[in-house]
Amino acid sequence: MADLETFRIETRAWLAANCPPEMRQSIAKDGDVVWGGRHADLTPPQRAWLDAMGAKGWTVPEWPKEYGGGGLSKDEAKVLVQEMRAIRARSPLASFGIWMLGPALLKYGNEEQKKEHLPKIARGEIRWCQGYSEPGAGSDLASLRTSAVVDGDDYIVNGQKVWTSYADKADWIFCLVRTDMAAPKHLGISFLLFDMASPGVSTSPIKLISGYSPFCQTFFDDVRVPRANLMGTAGKGWDIAKYLLTHEREMIGDLDDGRRSLSQIAVKALGEAGVAPLRSDIVRHEINALAFGLTMERVKDETKAGQGTGALSSMLKYYGTELNKQRQELLMSVGGSDSLAWSGTGEVDTSRHWLRSRANSIEGGTSEVQLNIIAKRVLQLPGA
Amino acid sequence: MALVLTDDQTMVRDSADGFFAAEAPVAELRRLRDANGGAGDATGFDRGLWAKMAEMGFAGVLVPEAHGGAGFGYVAAGLVQEAIGRNLSLSPLLSTAILAATALVRGGSPEQQARYLPQIASGERLFALAADEAARHDPHHVTTRAETSGNGFKLNGTKAFVLDGHVADTLIVAARTGGADDEAAGITLFLVDAKAPGVAVARRSMVDSRNAARVTLTDVQVDGADVLGAAGDGAAILDRVLDAGRACLAAEMLGVAGESFTRTVDYLKQREQFGVKIGTFQALQHRAAHLFCEVELARSATLRALVALDADEDRVPMFASLAKAKAGEVAKLSTDEGVQMHGGIGMTDDFDIGFFMKRARAARETFGDLAFHGDRLAMLMGY
Repeated sequence: MADLETFRIETRAWLAANCPPEMRQSIAKDGDVVWGGRHADLTPPQRAWLDAMGAKGWTVPEWPKEYGGGGLSKDEAKVLVQEMRAIRARSPLASFGIWMLGPALLKYGNEEQKKEHLPKIARGEIRWCQGYSEPGAGSDLASLRTSAVVDGDDYIVNGQKVWTSYADKADWIFCLVRTDMAAPKHLGISFLLFDMASPGVSTSPIKLISGYSPFCQTFFDDVRVPRANLMGTAGKGWDIAKYLLTHEREMIGDLDDGRRSLSQIAVKALGEAGVAPLRSDIVRHEINALAFGLTMERVKDETKAGQGTGALSSMLKYYGTELNKQRQELLMSVGGSDSLAWSGTGEVDTSRHWLRSRANSIEGGTSEVQLNIIAKRVLQLPGA
Repeated sequence: MALVLTDDQTMVRDSADGFFAAEAPVAELRRLRDANGGAGDATGFDRGLWAKMAEMGFAGVLVPEAHGGAGFGYVAAGLVQEAIGRNLSLSPLLSTAILAATALVRGGSPEQQARYLPQIASGERLFALAADEAARHDPHHVTTRAETSGNGFKLNGTKAFVLDGHVADTLIVAARTGGADDEAAGITLFLVDAKAPGVAVARRSMVDSRNAARVTLTDVQVDGADVLGAAGDGAAILDRVLDAGRACLAAEMLGVAGESFTRTVDYLKQREQFGVKIGTFQALQHRAAHLFCEVELARSATLRALVALDADEDRVPMFASLAKAKAGEVAKLSTDEGVQMHGGIGMTDDFDIGFFMKRARAARETFGDLAFHGDRLAMLMGY
């Protein structure tokens, strides 16, 4: 414990010296989130903060040092989070490489792949996107058709992905492809990594009901990918896909982190015109939100104590996203006609966030798919 | 403090699970309910079981070791209550070992503690909390009067819903020595001998086969030494006693919800209709999977409240209300689904699942329902 206290003191001093004042203000707009990558357009404070944290490996505190991580223990990483929160420091880097690919690379990647990709993820040099869903493969993801055919030292990739988050801004893609057309659907899938700048890759943004275009269609037309870029074993990509999905689900389920609670907003809004049924709706939501937050905490504590319960990522994804949808709905009600604003002066985000949140229970496996997984893996119901 | 059980707490859980499953299973509830040709057992629980619970350290779960208890704390008390919930075991644990022990530990004088706490741990004296006066829980609404009389007080008033009041040796009575009818200030707690002249106890058996008495106090003379805590300052002790009861009731409801859920999922795997197990139907699978998530949330909220009580945190009221509200809703959902998914057989008295629904209903009502605790939470959070 004395060591941990020393670490806390050192961390506090380092953060005080290295976190620019601009990076201690809460995130107000999309441009405040740093995604990194070759084409990242960062303000000087964003750049300084990312470089400082990247050099310490603290963008990925628990990854091994040899791969660009901080090499911290779970307890040390917790101290780092606490100390960052204490000065309201922003996260230096948002990254699918950190949240999704990294853990899969650490588990399934070979040494060359880890050495090549992990440090660049840690430093925010390469921005990744995820090539999973296809027009004909949504909830039934394993029916994907994008093909990768061996040609000498390369694969030739052909097909189409959809709902590829930020494909138009990404540098590399981790992509599910079918390498064996004859095998049963779960067994012919492989996990490929390739450069989005490769000839034959093109993207087209999809405009959503929120008015924003975070997702793309992504097309592959005879794209050459070195066979060395295959992660894991050919035909075993589904195992990696599932492992990675558990991380994605935890990420999507963990939406409430660092946000103002609905109660705090309600204090302001209802102080003037309390409406009993709305107050009651808010408090019922808050009861579930608090109990959910405590469940996230308990799951983390149990995992740390080696008492994991299994298939919990589906529970957290399902419940967390449904809660966030409910929260956005209540924020619309609390805001009244103000929350309808779409453009012009003043707050226009409430309506767009409400619409965006509708996707939470679809992306990363629908709520129904999560319930299927719980029924099958946890409850072991017949035929599930 | 981490939301995981310590090794000692895991041992308490395992011994409580084994004990109640063996000594006081649901069949025992049925036997006591049906005793005396259907009139029900006179005591309402088995005194032999209570003696064994004292031997196991359950009766003294909150009594400090210095007073002959086990001093395990609230997380452990909650684990015992959860096992009680799973087995629907009848016992005076809540009234005596949780409510009265909390009142005496928090507010008792050294003399009161030395006299009563060992008797709680040994199981030889039973207590009941006489606080609520109206049908809906409203602990600061106290019209029972305590007027100075001689070297003590004279109590007059009526208490509704006194759990285990019909068997209690000693009542803990909330009466008003000052203040207006709904004010926290001016409430005083008294230790009242249930056999004292002027105490009338009318037993009422409830839907869950437990007992709550109506207690009428007519010119009941109480000695000054029997004031629990400072005169006029009883509300703070009472609030903590109730929060301890709420957190432990949440734990019991977690046990009720969990067991009802387990039995229902087992049934989905056995029952066949249309030539297949009904558990193959997605309409039922999704409801069962949702219920699984809800039980996990109730578990987290309950554990957090018990941890807060052990650490004597400022946020005990918030976490106790959260646990009571959430566990109550989950117990309702689980037992409603339990009866529905069992179909016709779930409606029969011969089958046990209905007992879980009945207990869930009574436990939800006890010491504040969702409306009470939702309102309290909203006020604690500032709106």
